[in-house]
Amino acid sequence: MATQINKQLGDNIFLTKLDAAASWARANSLWPMPFATACCGIELMSTAASKHDLSRFGSEVMRFSPRQCDLMIVAGRVVMKMLPVLQRIWLQMPEPKWCISMGACACTGGVFDTYAVVQGVDRFMPVDVYVPGCPPRPEQLIRSIIDLQEKIQSGGTINAREFKLRILPEGPARFDEDELVRIRERNGFKLEDQKYDPVH
Amino acid sequence: MANQSTDPKLSEIETVKLRLSELLLGTSLDWSEFRSQTRVICPAAELLKCLKAFKAVGFDQLTDLTAVDLLEYGNVNDRFEVVYCLLNVDSGLRLIAKTYLNEPDLTIPSATSVWFGADWPEREVYDMFGILFAGHPNFKRLLLPDEFQSFPLRKDYPVKGRGERHNFPVITRAES
Repeated sequence: MATQINKQLGDNIFLTKLDAAASWARANSLWPMPFATACCGIELMSTAASKHDLSRFGSEVMRFSPRQCDLMIVAGRVVMKMLPVLQRIWLQMPEPKWCISMGACACTGGVFDTYAVVQGVDRFMPVDVYVPGCPPRPEQLIRSIIDLQEKIQSGGTINAREFKLRILPEGPARFDEDELVRIRERNGFKLEDQKYDPVH
Repeated sequence: MANQSTDPKLSEIETVKLRLSELLLGTSLDWSEFRSQTRVICPAAELLKCLKAFKAVGFDQLTDLTAVDLLEYGNVNDRFEVVYCLLNVDSGLRLIAKTYLNEPDLTIPSATSVWFGADWPEREVYDMFGILFAGHPNFKRLLLPDEFQSFPLRKDYPVKGRGERHNFPVITRAES
């Protein structure tokens, strides 16, 4: 049937699924929200500037209002005081939306393993693509955008129903084990004591 | 090394010492010198009187106000040390004034009535060390979130914190 139509009409008609058409459009017009808090932000600017020119990949329209964005790029370390801001901006972005965690600090806290720095934004919000590096080169960020475009095109749906399946937290566990041991020992609790809640 | 007795700054500090001993009769100031920097240790009970006297003898700028936690530091018996770095803008003379504090009473008078520039440094010292400044006009945390419970620059506070950095709600993809 499809080949018959193709034969009759040539290249004038292109048959596809609505999901794929929507995903193709979305993937090639990503509007980033630059959440640049540290040196990764400089690389992000460099990526958008003329030498590396992110607009070749359809995502140069940096918007500073979350209402107009569909791609959050967390570039730089996020501290305790900034995380509620980040979460609020993320919640203000309209569906469908994606998140790139750029650089070692945004992914894991990096070298800043201190009381005030969040050890990876993926602990508290969903992340689609991680970019390693300290800071990553613009080529790496471009690669992550290409990867994200592939991800959007491979599984995207027109009403974004694939997001509804992601109901579990996607980051690492809330406490890594040695941290738990350390907190309990300091408070005089043994590891076997299950009743103690380390959070507060 | 220049001969110290010919240094004009030194003779100036001697006159400052003389004037201070007149202004602060009955207060024991402990003077010391390290690499031509003059330090004076004031008793915490008479701190505000001392600071006012320092301003009266010409130290009209508070360049810095900070604190040191001396826990497990050598053979020092005191816990905290509050440091006032003073500058005489006209003559360029500098003075480091210190006072010692011990738990449980970590309250000292605020220096904001003498130098108003002590406003933010005192809030930062409270933020990091938990030292209370009585008489401060707007006394609350400066850098850390208001709900933060600990004082992170104390030596008995672990550098990775006590789980504060993990105490946030987790947003999943389906609910955002």
